Amino acid sequence: MREPSIAIVDYGVGNLASVRKAFVAVGARAELVRDPAALRDATAIVLPGVGNFGYCSREFHRYGFSPALRRARERDVPILGICVGMQLLFEGSEEDHGEPGLGFLAGKVVKMENVPRLPQIGWNALGPAGAHPWLRGVRDGDHFYFVHSYVPEPASPREVLGTVEYGGTRCAIAGGENLLGVQFHPEKSGANGLRLLSAFVGATMRQTVPS
Amino acid sequence: MTVTKRIIPCLDVREGKVVKSVRFVDTKDVGDAIELATRYERAGADELVFLDINASHEKRRTMVEFASTVADRLFIPFTVGGGINSADLAGEILRVGADKVAVNSAAVRDPRLITDIAGRYGSQAAVLSVDARRTGDHGWEVVLDGGRVPTGMDTIAWVREAVARGAGEVLLNSIDRDGTKEGFDLALTNAVASAVDVPVIASGGASSAADFVDLFHKTGADAGLAASIFHYGELTVGGVKDALAAAGIPVRPPERAFA
Repeated sequence: MREPSIAIVDYGVGNLASVRKAFVAVGARAELVRDPAALRDATAIVLPGVGNFGYCSREFHRYGFSPALRRARERDVPILGICVGMQLLFEGSEEDHGEPGLGFLAGKVVKMENVPRLPQIGWNALGPAGAHPWLRGVRDGDHFYFVHSYVPEPASPREVLGTVEYGGTRCAIAGGENLLGVQFHPEKSGANGLRLLSAFVGATMRQTVPS
Repeated sequence: MTVTKRIIPCLDVREGKVVKSVRFVDTKDVGDAIELATRYERAGADELVFLDINASHEKRRTMVEFASTVADRLFIPFTVGGGINSADLAGEILRVGADKVAVNSAAVRDPRLITDIAGRYGSQAAVLSVDARRTGDHGWEVVLDGGRVPTGMDTIAWVREAVARGAGEVLLNSIDRDGTKEGFDLALTNAVASAVDVPVIASGGASSAADFVDLFHKTGADAGLAASIFHYGELTVGGVKDALAAAGIPVRPPERAFA
C-alpha cells in the first residue's frame, strides 16, 4: 500500500509551496495534487488558497476538485482549509456572489466592516480555542499571522472554534469532525503554526497508518 | 487585543549576501542572508523584507532560487523586492514561497504592473515600495534608485493611485532619513497612513527602541522596518518589542519554541 501522505490541493492558486514546505518541516509527507482523482488515495487533505474568493472558487471548480472534495468529505477524510481554502468550506462569499463554496460549513463569508485597516495584515491573538483534536497544541492568546479582508460568519456558533479581535470579534477557526478551517496562515505563523500543522499530521496519520 | 504592530528587519541582498546601505551608497557584507533571516525569526521578527539592491536581468533566476531557499527555512512571512518588473517574475517568486513582492521603480514607469500583480495574485501579495523625499514645504516627491532619480510625482497621489490599482500594503522609505539614525519621518508616515486604508510600513532613520515607540504613538503606521541597526546588533527585535510593550503598544510576544 502507499505510504500515508497529505494531499495539498493544487488548483494553481496561492502559496502552495509554503504549505508543503511547512509540512515537510514538521516531518510529514505532503504532495501537491493537481489531479482530482488522486484525492481518492489521500490520507488527509489540505485546501489552501489566497487572494480573491471568486478567482479561487472558479479555479477550484475548473480543475474539477469540487466533486472529489465532496466524496472525500463523505468518506470522512480529514480536511484542513487555510485562508481562502477555509472560506471555500462555507456556502459562499460576499466577495463574489456568483461563486458557490463547498457548503461543508453553514454560513457565508463577509467583508469585515469597521476595521482599522483593510486587509488585516499581521499577527493577532486567538481567544480560547474550542475542543478539536487538531487544536490540542493551541493556547489562549497564541498569535497567528492573518492576511484577509473577508471573514466567514458560521451559521452555527458551535462550529466556531476560535476567534480573533479585529474591529469586532471575528471567526478565526471553524470546523467539525474531521474538518477544520483556519483564516490565518499556519504555514507562516512560526512555531505556533508548525505546532498546529504537526497536531493535524499526528491526529490524521494515526487514524490511518495501521490499515 | 487587535492586530499587533510589526517589527520588520530588512535585508538588502546581493547574490545571497546581506549588504548594508547608508543612503544607498557604500555597501559592506554582513553575512549569509538565510542564516541571518533564521536568526531574526528566532529573535521574534514578525516578518522579513529582502531587497535585491543589485537586481539585473541575469540575476532574476537567482532571485527566484533565493526566495525558494528562504521559504525552505523560514516560517514567518517575507517580502521580496528589487528589480521586479513583470507580473510573471512576481508570480515565480510568490510560487516558490514568498508571501509578497514589493514593486518600486518598475511600477512608477508602468503602474499597470501593480494592477497585473494584484489582479493575478491578490492585493495581499502586492506591496508598493516608495522612496519619498521632502520637497520644500510642498510635500514629498517620489524618487527612484535611492534618491538619484527624481520623478516629479507627488508621493501621496502616487500611493493613492497604487492602492486604487490594488496594492495591499505600502512600504514607505524616507530618503531624507535613510541611514541618518534621526528617527522615522513621522510627518511623512502620517501623511501616507492617513491617505490610504491599507497597512503602512515605515522605513528609514530608526536608531533606537524609542524611535519605534514614537512611530506607533504618533503615526498610524502598522509596522516599522530597519536594517543596519539590527544587523550590527545595535538594537535587537526583542529589545524593541519590550520597549513597545512597556509603552502599551500591542506586540507579538516571544513564542513557545516548536520542538
